[in-house]
Amino acid sequence: MLKTGRYFVAKRVTLKRLYSFDNATVIGSTPDATCSEYQSRARALRAASAAVRAATAAAAAGGGAGAQRRLRAQGKLSARERVARLADPGAPFLELSALAGHDLYAEPLPAGGLVTGVATVCGRQVMVIANDATVKGGTYYPVTVKKQLRAQEIALANALPVVFLVDSGGAHLPSQTDVFPDRDHFGRTFYMQARMSSVGIPQLAVVLGSCTAGGAYVPAMADEAVIVRRRGTIFLAGPPLVRAATGEVVSAEELGGADLHCGTSGVTDHYALDDEHALSLARRLVANLGPPAPAPATAPAEPPLRDPEELYGIVGTDIRRPYDVREVIARIVDGSRFDEFKARYGQTLVTGFASLFGRQVGILANNGVLFSESALKGAHFVQLCCQRNIPLIFLQNITGFMVGREAEAGGIAKHGAKLVNAVACADVPKFTVIIGGSFGAGNYGMCGRAYSPRFLFMWPNARISVMGPEQAAGVLAQLAQRKREREGGQWTLEEDQAVRAPIQEKFEREGSPFYSSARVWDDGVIDPVDTRTVLGLSLLAATSGVTKTHSQFGVFRM
Amino acid sequence: MTVTRLLNGKVLSYRSAQLVYQRHYAQTASIHKVLVANRGEIACRIMRTAKKMGVQTVSVYSDADENSMHVAMADEAYRIGPAASQESYLRQDKIISVAKKAGCQAIHPGYGFLSENTEFAELCQKEGIIFVGPPASAIRDMGIKSTSKHIMSAAGVPVIQGYHGEDQSSDRLKREAERIGFPLMIKAVRGGGGKGMRIAMTASEFETQLESACREALKAFGDQTMLLETYVQEPRHVEVQVFGDLHGNYVHLFERDCSVQRRHQKIIEEAPAPGLSAALREELGQAAVRAAQAVGYVGAGTVEFILDRRTHAFHFMEMNTRLQVEHPITEMVTGTDLVQWQLQVAAGEPLPLSQSDICLNGHAFEARIYAENPVRGFLPGAGPLHYLSTPSAAQDVRVETGVRQGDEVSVHYDPMIAKLVVWGDTRQAALLKMKARLSEYNIVGLDTNVDFLIHLCGNPEFAAGNVHTGFITEHEKLLLAPRQASPELVAQAVVAKILSEKLLAERSAKTSFNAYSIGFGFRVNHELVRPLTLLYDGQEIAVEVTYCKGNQFKMKIGSKEISASGSLLKKEDGSFELLCSVEDLALQSKVVLKDGCINLFTKDGSWQFSEPEPKYLKELHDMSGSEGMSGNGAVSPMPGIVDKILVQEDQEVKAGDPLVVVIAMKMEYVVKAPHDGIINKVLCNVGQSVAKGTTLIKFLEQQAS
Repeated sequence: MLKTGRYFVAKRVTLKRLYSFDNATVIGSTPDATCSEYQSRARALRAASAAVRAATAAAAAGGGAGAQRRLRAQGKLSARERVARLADPGAPFLELSALAGHDLYAEPLPAGGLVTGVATVCGRQVMVIANDATVKGGTYYPVTVKKQLRAQEIALANALPVVFLVDSGGAHLPSQTDVFPDRDHFGRTFYMQARMSSVGIPQLAVVLGSCTAGGAYVPAMADEAVIVRRRGTIFLAGPPLVRAATGEVVSAEELGGADLHCGTSGVTDHYALDDEHALSLARRLVANLGPPAPAPATAPAEPPLRDPEELYGIVGTDIRRPYDVREVIARIVDGSRFDEFKARYGQTLVTGFASLFGRQVGILANNGVLFSESALKGAHFVQLCCQRNIPLIFLQNITGFMVGREAEAGGIAKHGAKLVNAVACADVPKFTVIIGGSFGAGNYGMCGRAYSPRFLFMWPNARISVMGPEQAAGVLAQLAQRKREREGGQWTLEEDQAVRAPIQEKFEREGSPFYSSARVWDDGVIDPVDTRTVLGLSLLAATSGVTKTHSQFGVFRM
Repeated sequence: MTVTRLLNGKVLSYRSAQLVYQRHYAQTASIHKVLVANRGEIACRIMRTAKKMGVQTVSVYSDADENSMHVAMADEAYRIGPAASQESYLRQDKIISVAKKAGCQAIHPGYGFLSENTEFAELCQKEGIIFVGPPASAIRDMGIKSTSKHIMSAAGVPVIQGYHGEDQSSDRLKREAERIGFPLMIKAVRGGGGKGMRIAMTASEFETQLESACREALKAFGDQTMLLETYVQEPRHVEVQVFGDLHGNYVHLFERDCSVQRRHQKIIEEAPAPGLSAALREELGQAAVRAAQAVGYVGAGTVEFILDRRTHAFHFMEMNTRLQVEHPITEMVTGTDLVQWQLQVAAGEPLPLSQSDICLNGHAFEARIYAENPVRGFLPGAGPLHYLSTPSAAQDVRVETGVRQGDEVSVHYDPMIAKLVVWGDTRQAALLKMKARLSEYNIVGLDTNVDFLIHLCGNPEFAAGNVHTGFITEHEKLLLAPRQASPELVAQAVVAKILSEKLLAERSAKTSFNAYSIGFGFRVNHELVRPLTLLYDGQEIAVEVTYCKGNQFKMKIGSKEISASGSLLKKEDGSFELLCSVEDLALQSKVVLKDGCINLFTKDGSWQFSEPEPKYLKELHDMSGSEGMSGNGAVSPMPGIVDKILVQEDQEVKAGDPLVVVIAMKMEYVVKAPHDGIINKVLCNVGQSVAKGTTLIKFLEQQAS
């Protein structure tokens, strides 16, 4: 007996030690905050983040104070107020592409004239698409269309119900060639509505202002629609066009107001007295979407052990200055714990498992240029996550795959292709954050935009282009030099500079996150300290959509 | 077996202790089952002592009280009729038959209802059931004020100048009035509780006041016999607790001061009365005992005196032949159990203590917690007790109540929710304790006077003991001054609201992986700024809240900028504990959320914040065309029972004309026409119980002029 007792005591001690080993995967270190290099990096990245915040604040003001006042005088709420009233109070809002249209056109187009993002409504994650009538009357510029399509694409990929808060004058007529005819133009938005509804992703519309011409199809194609009395109008052609076409003189309210559409035409289903009423009705519509998909079991969340504020000093803005990407992972994941996979192999790509707010994720993060081994390791790890249905997070900071004779001889093209292939075919939710450079084929292997990550965000220090500005300038300078030499001319240092400088400047400008976000190449520029939250909300959006249905009906004679 | 008993902190001698023990033993042999012909806190109070003594308890209840505390507490309970007390608690026949059926030896009437009813006392005697109270004759003698004064006068108890004669001709009354002098009190002989009572300050007022008093008395008591008395200005109401037994023994248990009253009803009482000399105290006690002797009194009684605030001259006013509401303060300062005494005396035992054994120890206060609205003239209320938490009972704190959380304060009965009784070494200590314990009396669901009581306890004049019956009227401005919600308080309410939203959302998410847990208040590259409007005391307070990291907030309240943070903890009773830092101040409070209202309980009382109703909701109500629209009708100002309808359909009325009389809690309220108009519809019936805000009379739509 005594012996057994002693045995158990010993055994328990051993077990305890084993458990504590389970927790021994904390990564990252505490930086020396007094080091001048650290301080200058921190200053630079903080400044870059502040610039993004300032631009976001400017975009959030919409058409400016005067326009907002006019809106209020009409008894309307602003687009952002509408989103806030629709959403649960104090819930987060994962706004997308807030810098769309930034410095894009001759005239300013704050946020592209559209507010989109994932909101929590009655406890559910929904995609909200809200026109900002203070920006060019809420008309659709090319980038507006693109931003809306991207929001719809995200909704489709994540099976998120969509709520349209409509207040738009329709297509921006002067831009008609860039918004009307092509596949991914205005018409595609209605196509998306129809396709999404067909697979059971709810489409709800709240008409808070005009809904003219093509815009009329937003409520008309929605599963359910709300309209505000005396504010909302829906018609294929407004009074001026009707008068021009048929000579009929009719007021906007008579032609397509709430009384008509709720009482006579049946185009809309719910009658609201004002914006606030409409949004409260919309909340009821969302509440009635049926039970949400059951949430999978989740471990308790734990904040990172390492302070995310230190990211500024670790990373900085000079993408040529290296750092260990594990320091970044340590500031994103639960408890800064990371179970690394193949740590000693292909070390320029760090792969491993971690938890984000209690949910397991697989992480691929660049720690230098991609070699064949790194690519193979990445492909292997992506397959592991797909086998186990674990979402993937890509922390992209890549100058590209290794070049040169040795690399080519080692078959880097085919090995890189394996990673690209694995990433392209991985159907688990993928999330990409460009935390540094995104150049060349590295962008493909690390799940760039073309590889359909559910969400893609950039840090303010990030750069994206087919190759680095210096490399591009170098390549083009060499081509020019060769051409000159073929023609028998002399290639001077001045000429070299004259060729290089504009190329380099162009690549610098076009590689900036502002440039990228303005064109909706990404879903937004985020402050590095918010990465954990943004990824958490993205993961939530990707895992709490509706269960797709496919109801079959016979042909109704309508 | 040694029995010791602690009295006034002293251990009595073994001998008297043994005596107490023996008497106790003897008594339980004769009354072993008692019917409590009452409800609410007093029924519970009586049963508590009965249980302690081993006496079985029987309750009676009306339909409205089926699930109430006094029913749950009793060993047996019998239904005796519908809610209206005339059909239940006042039904003598039913109560007697229940007592017989249940095999009770005695009936304890409590206070109110049948406690001072001569016929009932006689009926009990006839049926061979012990009525726990004085003989019927004493009730009758004391119930008629003129008779009682004759008796007292004869017994050498000082009686106030007056006319108690039978000649009620107005000439005679007028002559007598002039003899007594002004100011003069005109009072119904059968009156009580301020009903049928008027003051004539000068001779010229006399006739109108007399008529008014007669009218009211006739209606209330069916008798308009009036007495006239010198009116003592700023008098104090001081009463002495007396006890008599069947063996001719009489004692007094010192006095209580019940001067502070509103609507002629007591609100806070204390024992002993402040500022009395030992000699005066002795004199009062003696006079009270003489009074009891004069009517051959048995059991617990109270002799009320008017005490001149300045001269300390006192006069007999009346004698209450029952256990008083405020008896616990006497128990606290004398270390007795008066209900136990009552039962012992009723069983024929001699009084447990002699006068010399009874000493005064410390000071006690009783605050009556009512469902009423002090700001609206102490208008009685009724309704559900959605949330109720009381200070914890202790040696020096008693919570006398008959309701629990979830119960309802009914329109049919007295709106008293509870009595809070505290004891302290000194008046100052007791008052301090009372104020603190009151702040722990937290109620949500209806208006109460708790905040008013807290305010009263903090009043320097009250603290100085400068009380008189006009105290509340005198200090009305100060006592009923609207409280301003400080920015710190508003900040707490806002933090409570915001954090509760988070807590409830996280709870309903059923998983820790939810939006609020991941990014509470998060916005991409900017901060969530949320405009909020809170309603406090009918006033809108605009707040702009900026969500910062974690549970930290910046707020703009009016022109003031405040940073606040906090944490909210859900308690088992449904309330929340809020720890809130406002600037550099750490504050703790309790929060109860109900129907969109934030009820904040701090050491200074309760604060209710709500949010204004959205514009569209009002229009929706109007559109639905419900008859509840108050815009064109007269509404009931309080929950009550319709007593009289004074108008008919199609009748034309002027603004201010009486339309309907609503009765609630012994109080009559006349609903008046809000404007000139023609009655379209009468939406109520006599006898119908109506909720606060119910439209009683609808007017015809008026054409816009």
